[in-house]
Amino acid sequence: MMFFLCFVLFLIGLYCVLIKKNLLKIVMGIVIMEYSVNLFLITVGYKAGAVAPIVTEGAGKVSFVDPLPQALVITAIVIGIATLALIVALCMRVYDRYKTFDITKIRRLRG
Amino acid sequence: MPEIELYLLITLMIVGALVAVHTRYLISAVISLAVVGMALAVAFLYMQAPDIAITQIVVEVLALVILIIAVSIGKEVVDIKGKWETLTIGVTVLFVVIFAIFAYRALADLPPFGSPLMTVSQRYVEEGLKQTGSANLVTSILLDFRAYDTLGEATILFTAILGAFAVLRNIGRKAK
Repeated sequence: MMFFLCFVLFLIGLYCVLIKKNLLKIVMGIVIMEYSVNLFLITVGYKAGAVAPIVTEGAGKVSFVDPLPQALVITAIVIGIATLALIVALCMRVYDRYKTFDITKIRRLRG
Repeated sequence: MPEIELYLLITLMIVGALVAVHTRYLISAVISLAVVGMALAVAFLYMQAPDIAITQIVVEVLALVILIIAVSIGKEVVDIKGKWETLTIGVTVLFVVIFAIFAYRALADLPPFGSPLMTVSQRYVEEGLKQTGSANLVTSILLDFRAYDTLGEATILFTAILGAFAVLRNIGRKAK
């Protein structure tokens, strides 16, 4: 059920990307999809009753959650902010050219 | 039992995402998106991932600033309506529902929530401290076992920032 709720969040972002005609709304849809995928990966690695994967002295035998998805999701989050900056820079350049964010009006070529 | 809190948080995230998609003003959409990101950070904390929660908070603030800059340059802060609205929404909703049905059947093949497989990472958990000397196992994976991933991440980061800089700079562009 938890996995499916993450997927519902992904589908909301997909719907936003497919329906909306404002460039910035499309960017927000991409960001929502990215959040949902990160949440899904962490959810896959979650173990009930386990602690964060940090070894402490004298704690004895404890079970850790899966550290591998966490390491990969940190990478994905940082890449996400970099690509978001690139996307927003492209949107601002498009706005400079066309004076609009409406994707139905950004059709003609202008050098 | 943190499951109840997790379900509440993901419900908050879904509601925030729906508000962000359907609200009329773009600045409200950006704020709703920030609600989704902050709830995501709290959800990471509940799922025993403190490093990612910290990263997510920092990145969320940065994303908020970037999106507010992008929204504030436009004159039209109101969401745009187009023609063929009903037909487009109908077809898209049909596609999304079909996608959801297939995903529901595919996600049933995963191990159940709360009991991961951990075939590869069991080795990391057992030998991480001994082999790398790092008490934080996420750090030991990030910087030792899978250091090439981090190298690739740094490359992508550098390329994306370079691209954004090249797109945004005004030198050499014809003034209008």
